[in-house]
Order: sequence, then C-alpha cells, then structure tokens
Amino acid sequence: MKILIYILAFVLTTPALAANKMHDEVAVMDFDTFAPMLEKEDEHTYVVNFWATWCAPCVREIPYFEKLRKNYQDQNLRVILVSLDNPDHMESRVIPFIENHNIGSEVILLDDVNANRWIPLVSEEWSGAIPATVIYNNSFRGFYEKEFKYDELEEIVLPLL
Amino acid sequence: MFLMLAAFGTGVFADGVGVGDQAPGFNLLNVDGNYVSLSDFENERGVVVIFSCNHCPYVVAYEDRMIELHNEFAPQGFPVVAINPNDSIVVPADSYTKMIERAEEKNFPFAYLLDADQTVFPQYGATRTPHVYLLENKGEYFEVAYIGAIDDNYRDAAAVEEKYLANAIQALMAGERPDPEFTRAIGCTIKVQEN
Repeated sequence: MKILIYILAFVLTTPALAANKMHDEVAVMDFDTFAPMLEKEDEHTYVVNFWATWCAPCVREIPYFEKLRKNYQDQNLRVILVSLDNPDHMESRVIPFIENHNIGSEVILLDDVNANRWIPLVSEEWSGAIPATVIYNNSFRGFYEKEFKYDELEEIVLPLL
Repeated sequence: MFLMLAAFGTGVFADGVGVGDQAPGFNLLNVDGNYVSLSDFENERGVVVIFSCNHCPYVVAYEDRMIELHNEFAPQGFPVVAINPNDSIVVPADSYTKMIERAEEKNFPFAYLLDADQTVFPQYGATRTPHVYLLENKGEYFEVAYIGAIDDNYRDAAAVEEKYLANAIQALMAGERPDPEFTRAIGCTIKVQEN
C-alpha cells in the first residue's frame, strides 16, 4: 500500500515537476547579452518574438508561436520568446504565464530600459510597439511589428525550412 | 552584419509626419465634454501631443511624469495634450467613460482627448502608446519638432539619464533644434478593430 501511494504520488507529481523544470529559470539579460540570439549563423530558422504578459495581442498570438514550434522544430525551427516584462514580475507573472500556457519555447527576459538604444538594433523599422517579431536564418531576415495569425506565420516560415 | 544594415534613415515607419513637417490639425472630444482643436493653441509656443490611453502599463508608468511636464512647461507655453487613439470595443478600458474616470482619479491638468474616429493618429503616424509629438508654433501652423519617447527609463523616473522630451522643449525655447529629434521606446500597440 505504501508503495502504491508512493507510485501514485510519483505519477501525479512528475509531469508537473517536469513542466516546472523546463522553466525553473528564465534567463534575465541586457541587450548586449541577448544580441547574439538575433545573429546566429547556423542551420536553424529563428522566430524571435518580443512580448509581455500585460500585452493582450502578444498573449493572443503566443499559442501560434507554440504551435509553429511544435509543428516544425524537427525541421530546424527555433522559437525564442523575449519577455519585456518588468523583472520584478518574474515570479508573480512571467513564470506563472509560462506554466499556465505550457510554453515549451525558450523564454528570456530582456531587462534593458534604454530601449531607444537597442530597438533600432533589433530593426530600424521597429517603432517600439509590441508584439514584434524577427524571423531569420542564413538567407532571410524579416521584421514584423504586428499581431500574427497562425497561417501568416506558416506562410513566412515554411519556405525557409 | 544585420546590425550594420540597419543604418539608414531615422525611420518613419508608416505613413505619417516626420520632424519638420506641418502637424495635422484635429478637433476632438475632451474628457470635460468640450471639443479641443489644435488651433485652440495658436497663442502657445507649442503643444506636447502625447498619444496615450488608460490601460497600457507603459502609459501608467508615465502618467505622473506627464502631469509634471504639463505643470512645468504649460506656463512656459508648451501644454500637454493627451490623445487616446484606441478603439474602445477592442479595449473597453480605454472607453470615453473610463477616460473621464482616469482623468478624475489622476486629476489630469491637461486635455485628454478621444480620437473617436481613429483618423488623427494615422495622420501623425503614431504606432504606440505613449508616443510623443512635440509641436512648435510657427505662426501660421504647427511644425513637428520632436517625435518619440518622454525619457530613457520608463520604469524608474529617478533613474532617468536623458529627459528627451523636456530637453527638446528647452531646446525650442532656446531657439535651437532638439537633439535627438527622434527616439524610440517600447509601448502598447494602438488598438483598431480587425476588418
């Protein structure tokens, strides 16, 4: 009986632990530390999305980025979700959001208030409104200051895979 | 390499005005029930137009600074005029009624107008809230003198290193051009209904 309870407890808690494990830590970084993620020169296609938990259109489109990742991660697609939340809200908002939405993509928190310096380094086209997304690989680079629908993402990404 | 490519222009993103252009006029409903138009400010040295709203955390972070800017610079001829460009069906928190509530709560000393037809913000090319357009009175018209952010630290007013907007106003008062005349900041998208 004791063993049964143990097994039951194990079965019930392990998936939750595993999910937590994935985002135990969301890396917090300034722009210069983050910048190489916008310039990787490998075989992958990167979808880098700037979002925040308080941004309604961002929250609406995040499931589409997750779906895109699930569908195409075996074809060299990588999704990076760059949170612009206040780092003070990491435990109260960012981590719970990631857990509640079962986010499997890599999440980082960009903690760099001097946005006037780094926004044009992401894209000269970016006014600073979020959501905003960079999609790039070795032969393509696109910047989108908009809320995506899933089909629109596929339309851009599929030819790149 | 891509960062090097990003080197042209000060970036006018959509249609809209740039620095040096004539500012589009407007005539919009204020939270006090009266209409306010740009030409009402013909006796001022300029106008600080800030596309703003109720719901956006970046705006909320700047509300007190907007009040301070108005209190400092309105007596010197540069009043703040906030304009809410958001569709209230998309964002109920930004409805006219909620604007009145917010203006009363914060005791806004400046006009807080509703771009009800969403026709003014596209003429300016505003894309986010908050988004500042500093206008200079040229006698016959208002000219756009600075576009961008209020300062370089939304999170902590005490840690601001560069007060872009205040510096730009002071430059105009000194008969100089603002430098920088264009800055960027993270903000909330302006909310419109989908077609």
